Amino acid sequence: MHNVVTVFRREMASYFATPVAYVFIVIFLALNGVMTFYVGNFFERNQADLAAFFSFHPWLYLFLIPALSMRLWAEERRTGTIELSMTLPLTAGQLVIGKFLAAWAFTGIALALTFPIWLTVNYLGDPDNGAILAAYLGSLLMAGGFLAVGSFVSALTKNQVIAFVIAATLCFFLVAMGSTIVLTVLGELASGNVADFLRSLSVMNHFSDISKGVVDFRDAVYFAALICLFLFLNVVAIDRLKAA
Amino acid sequence: MIEIDHISKTFGPITAVDDVSFNVAKGEVLGFLGPNGAGKSTTMKMITGFLPPSSGTARVAGFDVRRDPIAVKRRVGYLPEGAPMWPDMTAEAFLAFIARVRGFGGADAETRIATAIRRTQLADVLQQPIETLSKGFKRRLGLAQALLHDPEVLILDEPTDGLDPNQKHEVRELIRSMAGTKAIIISTHILEEVEAVCSRAIIIAAGRIVADETPAGLAARSRRHNGVLLATRTPDKVRAVLKSLPDVAEVTSEGDGRLFAGAKNGASIITQVSTALREADAEIEQITVEQGRLDEVFREITTRQPAHA
Ligand SMILES: Nc1ncnc2c1ncn2[C@@H]1O[C@H](COP(=O)(O)OP(=O)(O)OP(=O)(O)O)[C@@H](O)[C@H]1O
Ligand SMILES: [Mg+2]
Repeated sequence: MHNVVTVFRREMASYFATPVAYVFIVIFLALNGVMTFYVGNFFERNQADLAAFFSFHPWLYLFLIPALSMRLWAEERRTGTIELSMTLPLTAGQLVIGKFLAAWAFTGIALALTFPIWLTVNYLGDPDNGAILAAYLGSLLMAGGFLAVGSFVSALTKNQVIAFVIAATLCFFLVAMGSTIVLTVLGELASGNVADFLRSLSVMNHFSDISKGVVDFRDAVYFAALICLFLFLNVVAIDRLKAA
Repeated sequence: MIEIDHISKTFGPITAVDDVSFNVAKGEVLGFLGPNGAGKSTTMKMITGFLPPSSGTARVAGFDVRRDPIAVKRRVGYLPEGAPMWPDMTAEAFLAFIARVRGFGGADAETRIATAIRRTQLADVLQQPIETLSKGFKRRLGLAQALLHDPEVLILDEPTDGLDPNQKHEVRELIRSMAGTKAIIISTHILEEVEAVCSRAIIIAAGRIVADETPAGLAARSRRHNGVLLATRTPDKVRAVLKSLPDVAEVTSEGDGRLFAGAKNGASIITQVSTALREADAEIEQITVEQGRLDEVFREITTRQPAHA
């Protein structure tokens, strides 16, 4: 635990030692604003909730999260600092979790900085703040799932561009897996039970309720399982590929 | 303290390290030599638990690196080749991080960091991000990192690479001062360094140990060992005298009126040579006995070995 905290602090400091943090936060906030107000017609909907805001998060995270996660391991492998990390008395698990939690907490900070929009709905109307809080938590969970995927992919390569492209593609599949488009493309392959199965595994399926403020236990379990699975794969990948 | 037990490493078709075994005891400073690509760094990476061996294992203070890697990593200070470090951290933040990872906190951490900084003379660059440090300062920071927890075992991959002559001297002094209480392995391409700090030298070529001796013992393998180097204004006369001596194997001219007399089977020939020259009334301006040259032995040993598949 002490070691996870130590890794976490080092990683967190490194976000703010470089322009990464500021660029990410500014873009994240700007895109959120554009999506919510222009694309999502926040005002025209005339409803005191943040559904317009949250419904875009899967698509936003789709490329913003891989942009954040691509460097996690690929950079360590390219610059060779992984050799230092892995010869200090730290386990692969501590490193993976420490790095993941730092990236996740950082995403949490970016998400928390969208609070003006929450202030806005409260000023304009009388929203269900419990539902909004639940949706924020759901959004954070989804970000965690994407980050775990991205962190794993980043461990597979030394090249950050490759890490970004593959992670974004995987995240796209996770989001769109249950959608009509993908199911149509898969055609016969994904009919009946398979289609149901894919839909039940898709992020959209689990996030749509959350974005309305309903956090089902199963949805939380889904994201937690996604995170655990990919972090586990991440540890395996690091142990096997660190020196390749 | 360090036991290497039939360790091998293959990368696909390449055999980087081939059945290497040796022990290093406390108090020893082992110079690890070999041509580029011989497998020095790969061996060190296996001892420090970064690379899993393909076969065999290494033990540090009795702990097997395959079964108990964390116990090994706690006891080892390691400077990886090229001293990789996170470029955006400052030198000070980096050492603070290492101290925390090594389990030191509060005043204890501060004293240890201060000691490491003093020993590697880093005080002037503490606030600089690592990416802006010059090569030599980076190497010194890597060294400070390896020394911070005062480990029983030090494994340093080319610790003086990129250092200026003063710093090379300082680092050698530092290694010498720690030698009594630790088991140390350093890899280097600088052979004078081996003579200056190592109590023992292992040469590997193409992944195999080809020599394991004291630096003096290695030098004694040289063609020049116990040979006599002379400077004279009458080289022809001196050459004739030298050639007549029974224990002189060969006489070669080294330019500038200097002659070298090689010793047969490394025997001591200085008495014989000086007596003969005095009797012949030869004019000698300078005379020295050679110990042998490590670079020559190194070349001889590492090129003689046929490359193996
Ligand atoms: N990750 C790797 N994949 C494939 N081959 C490797 C890998 N690492 C090392 N090698 C090969 O193993 C051999 C030994 O390399 P190593 O780095 O141990 O040499 P070295 O003795 O440290 O050389 P140098 O003096 O240049 O530092 C080389 O042939 C190298 O190409
Ligand atoms: Mg090397």
